[in-house]
Amino acid sequence: MFSNPDLAKWIFGRLTLDAIPHEPIVIMTFIAVVLGGIAVLGLITYMKWWVPLWRDWVTSVDHKKIGIMYIILAIIMLFRGFADAIMMRIQQAIAFNGNEGYLNSHHYDQIFTAHGVIMIFFVAMPFVTGFMNYVVPLQIGARDVSFPFLNNFSFWMTTAGAIIIMISLFVGEFARTGWLAYPPLSGADYSPGVGVDYYIWGLQVAGVGTTLSGINLIATIVKMRAPGMSFMKMPVFTWTSLCTNILIVATFPILTATLVLLSLDRYVGTNFFTNDLGGNPMMYVNLIWIWGHPEVYILVLPAFGIFSEVVATFSGKRLFGYASMVYATCVIMVLSYLVWLHHFFTMGSGASVNAFFGITTMIISIPTGAKMFNWLFTMYRGRIRYEVPMYWTVGFMVTFVIGGMTGVMLAIPPADFVLHNSLFLIAHFHNVIIGGVLFGLMAGVTYWFPKAFGYKLDPFWGKMSFWFWQIGFFFAFMPLYVLGLMGITRRVSQFEDPSLQIWFIIAACGAGMIAIGIASFVIQLVVSYFKREQLKDVTGDPWNGRTLEWATSSPPPDYNFALTPVVYDHDSWDDMKARGYVRPTEGFRKIHMPKNTGTGAILSGLSVVLAFALIWYIWWLAIVAFVGIIAVSIAHTFNYDRDFYIPVEEVIATEGKRTELLAKQVS
Amino acid sequence: MSSNAPSHEDAHDAHHAHSHGHEASHGSLKSYVIGFVLSVILTAIPFWLVMGEVIESKAALVAAIMILGAIQIVVHMVYFLHMNTKSEGGWTMMALIFTIVIVAIALAGSLWVMYHLNANMMPQMSPEMMRNLP
Amino acid sequence: MTMSEINTQTAEKPEFYLTEDHHPENSTNLGFWLYLMSDCLIFAVLFATYAVVGRNYAAGPSPADLFDLKLVAINTAMLLFSSITYGFAMLQMERGAKAETLFWLGITGLFGLAFLGLELYEFYHLIHEGATPQRSAFLSAFFTLVGTHGLHVTFGIIWLITLMVQVSKRGLIPENRRRLMCLSMFWHFLDVVWIGVFSVVYLMGVVG
Repeated sequence: MFSNPDLAKWIFGRLTLDAIPHEPIVIMTFIAVVLGGIAVLGLITYMKWWVPLWRDWVTSVDHKKIGIMYIILAIIMLFRGFADAIMMRIQQAIAFNGNEGYLNSHHYDQIFTAHGVIMIFFVAMPFVTGFMNYVVPLQIGARDVSFPFLNNFSFWMTTAGAIIIMISLFVGEFARTGWLAYPPLSGADYSPGVGVDYYIWGLQVAGVGTTLSGINLIATIVKMRAPGMSFMKMPVFTWTSLCTNILIVATFPILTATLVLLSLDRYVGTNFFTNDLGGNPMMYVNLIWIWGHPEVYILVLPAFGIFSEVVATFSGKRLFGYASMVYATCVIMVLSYLVWLHHFFTMGSGASVNAFFGITTMIISIPTGAKMFNWLFTMYRGRIRYEVPMYWTVGFMVTFVIGGMTGVMLAIPPADFVLHNSLFLIAHFHNVIIGGVLFGLMAGVTYWFPKAFGYKLDPFWGKMSFWFWQIGFFFAFMPLYVLGLMGITRRVSQFEDPSLQIWFIIAACGAGMIAIGIASFVIQLVVSYFKREQLKDVTGDPWNGRTLEWATSSPPPDYNFALTPVVYDHDSWDDMKARGYVRPTEGFRKIHMPKNTGTGAILSGLSVVLAFALIWYIWWLAIVAFVGIIAVSIAHTFNYDRDFYIPVEEVIATEGKRTELLAKQVS
Repeated sequence: MSSNAPSHEDAHDAHHAHSHGHEASHGSLKSYVIGFVLSVILTAIPFWLVMGEVIESKAALVAAIMILGAIQIVVHMVYFLHMNTKSEGGWTMMALIFTIVIVAIALAGSLWVMYHLNANMMPQMSPEMMRNLP
Repeated sequence: MTMSEINTQTAEKPEFYLTEDHHPENSTNLGFWLYLMSDCLIFAVLFATYAVVGRNYAAGPSPADLFDLKLVAINTAMLLFSSITYGFAMLQMERGAKAETLFWLGITGLFGLAFLGLELYEFYHLIHEGATPQRSAFLSAFFTLVGTHGLHVTFGIIWLITLMVQVSKRGLIPENRRRLMCLSMFWHFLDVVWIGVFSVVYLMGVVG
């Protein structure tokens, strides 16, 4: 293309035409994505959605829209992550007796890395953050989060990270190191390509968003609660969100710093985690798990919060042991910093170190067990309604307990020496992440969907989705426990022993059932959309809820609450209903709101460019993008005009419309 | 506000009370000067100890540096960052304590774990043992 | 027994919403403090790394061979002076004296620049002697820890200049006061980190 190779190198860094993969599977995916992308862009153009999309969503600082966008991002990335999962299951089910399967090891290694990275960082994290964003301000009776612009910026940085990871599918390659990219494998000597760089920059960019959103939500919960809502009157989901965000703020910087050290090793040639000149690769493992273990609780605590809300609502009772639930959450939060070594018992620490971390690991199961009993006792003698969220909750209780018990097994250092790095471990953490986090998120989707969109989700397809997930889960992961006990290690793409094949085939069938579960969820969304008149919720309180988010309309107005509620109890909405609360119909005032801004999206776009330039060594572009980021940030601070008032007439009109609707409902 | 909402009134008063509280916590000329003088002294002593080779014992020297550094950090926190238990309703203090705990866990834990990694390795051989190897 | 329980039992019907405007407190100070705490953890990782690999000289130079404590002492003095001058700026801001605030901010920036200049000189000197970040794990950890602190100071100075422009354009309006307060916390926080750096890296390094 260029006669002068130096010039080409200067302009494009190490990016050449060879970077576009030639494997048929990837090419097919690429074509499908391009066609799909053109179709979506065409549809947006045809429907003239560009302006409303930019005005009402991309630039929006409304916590509800940002929450919804987080969840949409998570669901899109779930498809990608699950596609990786099912490819691995099929590969392992057929690659026996010298059959190499359809994925070569170069491709297979990228897939298991991408699966882990995407599922944790770009499915579970945005899903959880989305719920916290959407629900927490409503539950504490606030109009928005503390820093609305920062919220928008955080979302777009998370999206930027996801985009960087997705680019790796079609330009270059992804890391082949496993989801935590241990050195020395991930160092410059053993991974000279761009894969690990995609990994690093994808996580760094998304990590900025996650940390800032954590700070934002802590400040929101501490500062913006409705009058009367003391800490022990906060809904449990808000409590778990508070603890989660404290964990985020206190751990993601550790991930950031650790990845900086790894990138210095790769880019500058320093010797932190190398094998020579005094470096120590084990320090990376140590540091990344100081972040990594609390991360597990970052994911599962909000799910615990969702289950607490769902159980109390659908049992028609106050949550059993509210105070013990709060204390258990706080204890888990602190203890999660004291167990990290159990991820590398076998690294060679002495007996005293292993014993200490083994014991702390077992201790952490005590508050978790207390929570389980609290949920059971809430259901006991409750007036239980088996709606779809309750299905997920009960499914969670059964599944999660199994996962917890295998976790206690792995916490015993001598047992871990046998089981570590095996499929038993894989089965264990899928058991807690699917059975705990994912079931919680699905319960949350069904529970809060009517709040966000004004109509319920179709229960039939919801139950279909639940049963296929639940049964599929057992088919997919119980065989892995068996295989793990037989000593089969993880991250292997081909097997010698034909007697193992049947287990992998069962697991693949399980994955297929989960695929049907996911499809049912999509069908549920579509069916519910078409049946939305039938499933409509006018009251704003479709489940006879107990917390403040159900006090406002579905979907809530931009300002959430026309008049700030006053709280007397932790089930404040239930308390209000019990004591004859009457919805105010007058006395409204103008409402102070933050203005939308496009700065977040622009900064995020520049971050993608910066990351891409750094990955491909296109230094001039990196400098341009970096200077651009600084310039846009500074320019943003010169804008002092950041808020406006919703005029009182508009509030009266909105609330009046709702009064009419409610009156129609009664008659 | 009607009189039968006492808990809310309390909450509301509390809100106002600490919103005024943190406005007042900027410090005065006196506190800045005290802080400055103390930090100059606390910086000068360890530099003097090391550069003047005043103390013989290494362990004592290291301990002195650590203790003086810790005191100086507290001085900065109090006189320059205006840390107290009341600003922001105690939340800055709480966040600080939590962070110190996490930092302590991360530092002490890393050192403990990393220095223990050799526990299962072969014992260190001295040159003498090497010479006597069969 | 709390008030709310009494309320519940008597089943009275209290006010369930505010009839006047509700103004939640401003969260900026708390939010910025939380950011500083998270930054603190970044430094904690760098300190931990230094503590673990900081004695792996790989047959290269050790702190005692490299560090010039006189230079470090001068550097520390620069940062200390900048702290007190920022304090003076804040006191002037409290008085509402715009010109004086800008003056002291300017002085603070100059001390910050002097600090950076000395640090860059030190780095240049070390690299010139062959003590590059690539030479050993000790030097990697040293350059990263001290360099990260220096980068923070650099951003602090960029922020300081931005704020000086904003104060001179708009005056000491509440937004600008809040921003000056945040930068003040940032600046003093960097000073606190520097105490850790000169104690652990320089002084203890030379002691050996």
